[in-house]
Amino acid sequence: MSIDRREFLKRTAAIAGITVLGGSGIAHAAEKKDFSKFFTNNTVNERDWKIWEEEKNKPFSGEPYGILVDTTFCIGCRRCEWACNNWNKNPNQPIEKFEASASEKDSVFNEIRRTHAGNFTVVNRFYDKEHDPVYVKKQCMHCVDPACLNACFVDAFRKTPQGPVIYNPNVCVGCRYCMVSCPFGIPAYEYYSAFQPQVTKCTMCYDRVVKGNPPACVESCPAGALTFGKRSELIKMAHDRIDNNPGRYINHVYGEHEVGGTSWLYLSPVDFNQIGFQTNVGKTPIPDLTKGYLLGVKIFEMVSAWPLVFGAYYAVSKLREHRNKNHDVETPNSGKKV
Amino acid sequence: MEYTNSWFKDKILLGMSPKEYIKSNLTIPNLIAALILCVSIPVMIYRIIYGLGPSTNLSDNYPWGLWIGFDILVGIALAAPGLTLGTAVHLFGMEKYHPFVRPAILSSLLGYIFAVFALMFDLGRYYRIPYLLVWSWGFTSILFLIGWHFFLYINISIVEFGPVLFEWLNLKKWKDFFSKLTVWATIFGVIIAAGHQSALGALYLAARTKLYPLWYSPLLPVFFLLSAIFAGISMVIVESTLSHRFFADQVKGFDHAEFDKLTIGLGKAAASALFVYFILKVFDLVRSENWDYLNTGYGYLYLVEVLGFVFVPAMMFLYAIRNQNAKLTRIAGWLTVFGVILNRLDVSIIAFNWYLPESEKYYPRWTEVMLTVGVITMLVLTYRFIVNRMAILHEYEESKTEPEASGVKKEVANL
Repeated sequence: MSIDRREFLKRTAAIAGITVLGGSGIAHAAEKKDFSKFFTNNTVNERDWKIWEEEKNKPFSGEPYGILVDTTFCIGCRRCEWACNNWNKNPNQPIEKFEASASEKDSVFNEIRRTHAGNFTVVNRFYDKEHDPVYVKKQCMHCVDPACLNACFVDAFRKTPQGPVIYNPNVCVGCRYCMVSCPFGIPAYEYYSAFQPQVTKCTMCYDRVVKGNPPACVESCPAGALTFGKRSELIKMAHDRIDNNPGRYINHVYGEHEVGGTSWLYLSPVDFNQIGFQTNVGKTPIPDLTKGYLLGVKIFEMVSAWPLVFGAYYAVSKLREHRNKNHDVETPNSGKKV
Repeated sequence: MEYTNSWFKDKILLGMSPKEYIKSNLTIPNLIAALILCVSIPVMIYRIIYGLGPSTNLSDNYPWGLWIGFDILVGIALAAPGLTLGTAVHLFGMEKYHPFVRPAILSSLLGYIFAVFALMFDLGRYYRIPYLLVWSWGFTSILFLIGWHFFLYINISIVEFGPVLFEWLNLKKWKDFFSKLTVWATIFGVIIAAGHQSALGALYLAARTKLYPLWYSPLLPVFFLLSAIFAGISMVIVESTLSHRFFADQVKGFDHAEFDKLTIGLGKAAASALFVYFILKVFDLVRSENWDYLNTGYGYLYLVEVLGFVFVPAMMFLYAIRNQNAKLTRIAGWLTVFGVILNRLDVSIIAFNWYLPESEKYYPRWTEVMLTVGVITMLVLTYRFIVNRMAILHEYEESKTEPEASGVKKEVANL
């Protein structure tokens, strides 16, 4: 327990040693070529939150927006990724490099990717029964009743009336429970920022949507795979497409009912679990899974627990008094006071 | 000045001179502890300076690793002795278990403090933790409930620990004041502890698709609460066995037969909680119709956990009670504790994100392990420091007469 000066010096020396080891850790991760994992100090979250603070008092009479992704149209050009990085100031490459991926042999499509600190959206490649590629864009689904918002213990998320779910890095403590509770595994964390890490995810370009403009990715899509509009109209459009093109789609609009509905909606030629979607997320909003418990605990702690505990305490002390009276003569030692 | 010096010598150095004291601490266990801390403390500093990325294997798929899975989930479950023993003795008047109360309260207090200390390294912006309490309230969050409950429960534990502390400082008035508060603190503590022990399970209610179906259940909060209860009781059995071994000089003249009897009595309580838990687990399996999942790797792990570390220790406790076998009770206590550790790690790490390919699964980095080991070492050292000085394992009455009188004199002299 006694820590003398020499030990302290030894420890200081050890720090230097570990620093070297830690450096090799970074180098190892960098071999995987995914630098976006390490990107930090994104400013778009903060910017969007400021816009929201100005907008929150203005009335919004319109319906919430949404985006319909028709995977049968997607050609895998990854321009949406480029446009997203460009608009949100994430690490980026020339647009040609993105476009080349679909035809390259050693392509990013060879593995299934997910979102990271420095990329809010990724396109993945799957195959249908005829072994034709199906490209699927992945980003925050912007749930109608978001799990992340419900999970946050410092109330850092907002569901805006326009549809986007936005995040306030200025109160975030970094517990990362939003990442645990997101059913789509979307929020990412700036693990490589030592002092000011934040959660990052697609903002649905709140700064554009709030002015009625489509998100950067939608605007950049050359194949018509992405459609921006009122969510309710998009749902109608999706069902019309299914009805009018027999055999082209399966009869399911992903996001219409999943976890209570999402702002992003998907059409697919094959079962959704074959193109990287979880089909077992259910129709219940994730917050509803914990609401019952939370209400129960609050009622228990504020109302019912007190009479129960006091009642038990009272009953037991009565019982003890009673017993002590009866046994006083035989065992005087057991009659200790409480 | 002379008096404060002698106070320091009496209270901190156990009556030895500084030189003697340092000499008395040059032991092999202390050397091991020092070696561990020589690695762990730099790891802590490294985490602070370089961040979570270089110091952990956490990823965007695994936002929670060993520091939450072990330090918080396991740590808080095993820090339940104060809840169980405090309730039994202060609330339900089971006076014969009185000797276990003080160690139980001390381990709860230290357990929570060090769990929260470890949590500070896991939080991305640990310096913002007061936001939770004072300015940004996420009322809908389970974690909000847990955060507040941790805060309240640490305060409750401090109140419960108050009498011991002020007794040691010879401040009788303060001691009496806190003694009067004990029952109230215990009542409040039961409610708060039940709230957050179950809430730790409720955290995973939101991760319905991520947690393996055998572990996911709407009853998760109930399972976590019940297992915290038998974990708490088993920890008392384990801890008391260890302390009687390592602090033999502290428990001079204690009655071996009586101690064994009490241990078996604790086994009874643990067995009841284990059986209720086991029956609920079976009920949950029948309800969810997850039979097919049993015949998988995860299924076998689940069976090992529920049969090997719940059912088997429950039966062992039963057998030990029937045959008044204290040794078997202790073995069953150890098994139960291991079972709770396994359960928490299953839920938080092993069965979490079960559908991810092996290459994307999470394994703790050595730095994560060392930080956890370091925090445990600090906890043990603090526990020992306090046990060696305050009346934790023995009754205060023994030395009450003279030191207290001299203590009062000293107080007067200090004034």
